[in-house]
Amino acid sequence: MKVSDVATPDADQSRSGKLGKMALRPLDIVSKGWSWLFLIVLIIFFSITGQGFLNIYNFQTIGADMSLVLIMALGETFVILSGGIDLSVGFIMGMASVAAALVMNNLGNKYPLIVVVLAGLAAGLAVGLIPGLVNGLIIARLRVPPFIVTLGMYGMARGAGFILSGGQPVSVQTNGIGQIGNGYLLYLLPDGRFSFFQLPSNLQGVRPSQIVQLLPFPLILLVVVVLICAWLLSQTRFGRHTYAIGGSEEASRRAGIPVVRHTILIYALSALLASLAGVLYTMRFSNGAADVGDPLLIDSIAAVIIGGASLFGGEGTILGTVIGALIISIIQNGLIFLDIDPFWQFIAVGAVIILAVLVDQAKKQLVERS
Amino acid sequence: MANVQPILQVKDLYKRFGGLVAVDHVSLEIYPGEVVGLLGDNGAGKSTLIKMVSGAYRADSGQILLNNEAVSFSTPMEARRRGIETIYQDLALCENLDASANIFLGREKMRRQLGVFNVLDRPYMQHESRQVLEQLDIRIPELRNPIRQLSGGQRQAVSIARAVYWKAHLMIMDEPTAALGVPEQLKVLELIRTLRNQGVPVILISHNMQDVFAVADRVIVMRRGSKAGERKISETDENEVVSLMVGAEYSQVIKQLHDAPDVHITTHDEGESDSI
Repeated sequence: MKVSDVATPDADQSRSGKLGKMALRPLDIVSKGWSWLFLIVLIIFFSITGQGFLNIYNFQTIGADMSLVLIMALGETFVILSGGIDLSVGFIMGMASVAAALVMNNLGNKYPLIVVVLAGLAAGLAVGLIPGLVNGLIIARLRVPPFIVTLGMYGMARGAGFILSGGQPVSVQTNGIGQIGNGYLLYLLPDGRFSFFQLPSNLQGVRPSQIVQLLPFPLILLVVVVLICAWLLSQTRFGRHTYAIGGSEEASRRAGIPVVRHTILIYALSALLASLAGVLYTMRFSNGAADVGDPLLIDSIAAVIIGGASLFGGEGTILGTVIGALIISIIQNGLIFLDIDPFWQFIAVGAVIILAVLVDQAKKQLVERS
Repeated sequence: MANVQPILQVKDLYKRFGGLVAVDHVSLEIYPGEVVGLLGDNGAGKSTLIKMVSGAYRADSGQILLNNEAVSFSTPMEARRRGIETIYQDLALCENLDASANIFLGREKMRRQLGVFNVLDRPYMQHESRQVLEQLDIRIPELRNPIRQLSGGQRQAVSIARAVYWKAHLMIMDEPTAALGVPEQLKVLELIRTLRNQGVPVILISHNMQDVFAVADRVIVMRRGSKAGERKISETDENEVVSLMVGAEYSQVIKQLHDAPDVHITTHDEGESDSI
C-alpha cells in the first residue's frame, strides 16, 4: 500500500458529490450499524442455544466481568483516536494492582475500610500515572513513534510490577475489600425486605439462592466511567482536539491546538484508566499481580477496533468501544454456556477482529465505487 | 489610492540562506480591498517573501508594517493573531471533522453546563458557520458531514471561510487553485472576488497567469530575489508580465514564441526551490 492510500482512504469520495452521498445513506447505516447488528445476532444466538444465557443475572455478570477490559479500552479509545497506540496499559494495570494491594495490606485492619480503599486507589493511580506521563513525554516531545515507546514501556512496567510485588502475587489480607469489589448496590429478600450495599443482617430461613442481588459495584463504576469518557470525548474541547489531532496533527498545530500537551494528557489518561482497572481487579479478586492485565491488552485494543475506530486515528466513539467490548464479553460468556472449550474464545474473538476490519475495508471500497 | 492607508507595508525586506540571497531588499504595499498577484518563476523568492510576512521565516533586515504598525512575528500563530491568514495549498484542515469544527478549530466556542463544566457550544458554532458560509455564497449540502466528503473546492472554501470568520485583515493564498478541477478553480476565483468586495485584501501566489489576470487588480513580479516590476492589470498584458518574470535576456525569445502561447519557459537559474 502506498503512503498516500493510507493517508486519504476516502479521497475519491469527494468526487462523488451530491448524488453519491444520497446513494450512500443505506450503506452508511449498514457500515456504521454492523456492530450493533452483530451484537444483537450474538445475543439472539446464545439466547436460543445457551441454557441460562438470557437472564438478568447473567447480564449483570457480563457487565461486571467486562468492566476491567472496557475501562482499559476507554483509555485506548482516546489514544487510538489521536492516531496513536498504547501497548503498555496491560502491565500498567498490573503495576497498579500490585501497588494497591501492597498499600491495602499495609493500612488494612488499622484504619477504617473507606480510608484503606481510597489509599489503595490513590496509590494505584499514582503508580500507574508515571509510565503514562513518560509515554506521553517521549511520544510528544521527542517524537518517537507511539508503538515503539509503549512497547518499551510494556517491558518496563512489566519489570517494575514484578519488582514491586517481589515476583509473587500479593494477596490482600484486609477484611472487607473483597466484599466491596464483589458487592451489589441492592439486595432483595423474598419476604420483601431489602438493603443497600450489604446483605440484610437477619438471614434466618432465607436460602442464599433466594436473595436477589442487583447492580454489582464494578458495573456501577463502569457505567460512571463510560459516561464520563463519553462526555469528555463528545462534549469538551479535550475531546474535539483529540479528534482533530487524529485527523491531522499538522492542521491541529497550525490551528493553535497545544498538540504536545494534549498528547501527553491522552497517554496519561490511558494509563490512569488502566490503573483504575488494576485497582478494581485487586478489589474484586483480593489479589494484586504484575501480569493480570497482560491478557486484557489485546481485548481492549480489539474492543476499540471492533467498535469502528480507525487505527489511523480520527474515527471512533466511546459507544463503539462499549459495543466492541460487549461483543467480546458476550462471545466469551456465551461459549461457556454452550459448554465449549474456553480456548475457542480466543479463536472467536480473533476472527471478529479480522471481520471488523474487513467490513471497514469493504465499506471504503463501496464508498469509492459509488 | 494615495489617500488610502495601506494595510500591509513591506519595506526593504532582506533574507538570505547561507550564500544565497533569497529576497533582496523588496518593498511592497497592499491596500484594502485589492487583489495582488505575486508572480515569479520557481526560486524567484516569492515563497520566502510570503513566509516572512506570514511568520514562518524571520527577515534578516527590513520592516513589516501592518496597519502602519511595525510587527515582527516569530511563529505563524502570531501572524494569524494579528489578522494575517495564509491559505495553504495542502489545506490545513482536519478532514475527519465537519465544516464548523474546522472553522472553530483551536478556537472553539464554549458554554457552561450545570454552571461548572465548559462544553462545546455546537449550536452556536453551527449557526455562525452557516452564516459565514452564506455570506461568502458557499453552498455545502450537509454541514455536519466530515469535510472529507466535500469536494476540493468546497474544502478550500471552508478554509477561506475560517479566515474570514476570524476577521483576517489580509489573506495570503499560496496556489489556491493548484489541486482543483476547472469548475472548482472558477469557484475559488469567485470567492477571491467576494473577499475583495468585502474589503479583505488578498495576496495571490500562483503559477497560473490566467487566474491572476482574472482576479488581480495589480501584479508584483519577482525575479531572482528582487522585485522585477509592479503593474496594474488594466495597464499590462501577459506578455509583459512574462518578460518581467524571465528577464530581458529571454524577452526576445518570448516575442518569437508569441504565436505558440502553450510553450512553457522554465529557467533553473537558482538553487532555492519554492518548496523550502
